[in-house]
Amino acid sequence: MVYDLEFEKPLAELEKRIASLQRKGERLRPEEHVQLQEYERELRRRTEEIYRGLTAWQTVQVARHKDRPYTADFIHLMCEEFFELHGDRRVGDDHAIIGGPALFNGEPVMIIGHEKGRGMREKMYHNNGMPHPEGYHKAIRLMEQAEKFGYPVICLVDTQGAFPGLEDEERGQGSAIAASLYAMARLRVPIIAAVIGEGGSGGALAISVADRLLMLEYSIYTVAAPEAAASIIWRDKVYAPQAAEAMRISARELYALGLIDELVPEPLGGAHHNHRLAAENLKAALVHHLQELKQIPVDRLVQMRYEKYRAVGPFGFAS
Amino acid sequence: MAKEAAGSSGGPQPERSSGPGVAPDNLMVKCPKCKEILYSRDWEKNLKVCSRCNYHFRLTAHERVSLLLDPGSFVELDAAMVSVDPLNFVSRSQSYTEKLQEERAKVGLNEAAIRGYGTIEGLPLSLAVMDFRFIGGSMGSVVGEKVTRAIELGLERRWPVLVVSTSGGARMQEGFYSLLQMAKTVAALARLSEARIPYFSLITDPTTGGVTASFAMLGDVILAEPGALIAFAGPRVIEQFMHVKLPEGTVNSEFVLQHGMIDAVVHRRELRATLARLLRLYKVPEAEREQRSAPAAQSSVEAATLLSRQPSPSRAEVGGGQDGLRS
Repeated sequence: MVYDLEFEKPLAELEKRIASLQRKGERLRPEEHVQLQEYERELRRRTEEIYRGLTAWQTVQVARHKDRPYTADFIHLMCEEFFELHGDRRVGDDHAIIGGPALFNGEPVMIIGHEKGRGMREKMYHNNGMPHPEGYHKAIRLMEQAEKFGYPVICLVDTQGAFPGLEDEERGQGSAIAASLYAMARLRVPIIAAVIGEGGSGGALAISVADRLLMLEYSIYTVAAPEAAASIIWRDKVYAPQAAEAMRISARELYALGLIDELVPEPLGGAHHNHRLAAENLKAALVHHLQELKQIPVDRLVQMRYEKYRAVGPFGFAS
Repeated sequence: MAKEAAGSSGGPQPERSSGPGVAPDNLMVKCPKCKEILYSRDWEKNLKVCSRCNYHFRLTAHERVSLLLDPGSFVELDAAMVSVDPLNFVSRSQSYTEKLQEERAKVGLNEAAIRGYGTIEGLPLSLAVMDFRFIGGSMGSVVGEKVTRAIELGLERRWPVLVVSTSGGARMQEGFYSLLQMAKTVAALARLSEARIPYFSLITDPTTGGVTASFAMLGDVILAEPGALIAFAGPRVIEQFMHVKLPEGTVNSEFVLQHGMIDAVVHRRELRATLARLLRLYKVPEAEREQRSAPAAQSSVEAATLLSRQPSPSRAEVGGGQDGLRS
């Protein structure tokens, strides 16, 4: 795996040196061998150091990294079995949201998630993870099916936002998102949502009203993309890094604010450096929360979910 | 989300200086749509609608209340509720706290929504009304809380609920808290719906973003004023994203009506009578009220809804009878 982000330049440099020594293989002299180990230790140390102090904007870049594991990767790595369901039974099938029943840790669950797609062709097919209204209608269909069969719902969140096209307005993007929020607020099975990359605005919220909200360590959740927020507040996209900072969008900050339930650790240098380990960590967290939620009678569960959202948002009174 | 909130969307300015009953400084008002020069007095008498092109000027929240409710019936609640700065939002020039102070002074309201109760043709209702002048009607924690409390008052008193929306979307300066107000208000609406209390949504110019994608689009009946911009992504966002130029008024009340997203486009002068008709049609039955408020009835109501859901699992029925669980 390569270090290819702007702030990873020192790491890329070390990596290059390591690679050139490794290429020698058998011909490596003893002092070069020592040097190699030295570089590897240094790389590890510097990576830890950089990732410990990531700024909000750097976190955005990690969360959007093209090699980051996506929903399909996580499903593949976490589930024993998965059958993809298609279509909203009204108009069409939106590939920006995928989902279906899965065997997870030996139990049936319904998995629903945004899929960005890797590479040009897949990205086009999945519309880069930006759903149309049909995507939300499909998600609602799957959730209601999960309720019918008593399966817990696991949502994997990874989108810049709902797609802002004219046709989406025609088919009721706002209504579709609202309907999904509504369905999740009262769904009578456990719901766990995990942000695996980008939690972008209402398009992300629409599948993350949940009993537990988890976030991967370097993922983000924003009310609007930092670029959009910057152009709203300061009329210029160039202030995106400041907007990211000010809105406290990183998983770590949101965890500190008490707005999410768990921060799921990522492999060294981010989930894109080790999909398997990232999936193991996420799976462990999901299993833990699922077991807890299954103990709660469903009436109580729905009540607790209501209270959790009811309580959000501080305010004061003017004297 | 609050793209349209920024004010460059060509919104009319005159009403800023003319609160309810206050004579405007100028004798004339110019219609931003057809550029007609209107006499202020005629314009006010015409409920701030352009007599030439029917353009509906934006109203303040209090003007809206005077327009819709029986005179003197409105009781405002939580007027003193104010936003705090939960993120300690660092702006390049001005803190969020300063911004709030400035808006409060400029607009004369504590926040972008007011809430309370009143009557329309003698029929009681709980309502929340948004005001676009206050940071583009953006929804932060206070707007979310007031809308939620309006819904809860409806639940408690078994009154129909009306929310009048006008908003650029979620408020950036409260970050994730703002976004979560969508979930909070919708969760409250789900309870209202399960209690079979009607909810009316009136959408006014402009309404975009997180408000469109939550309570505005969930009314049992959704009304809109003519020509109001109504969208999830505003026209500027669509244009930027799709690299197209949209003809003026592409995404408006008539557009969403045509596409089946709302029930009716209603002229301002008909709004009050229309709401009165709806309040009569959707009146909460008194009998149900007694049955439901009796403590012992709770479990049987729940059992009845669960049974009735088996043959035809309509969404409104699933999980019915939940309202009584609320502490």
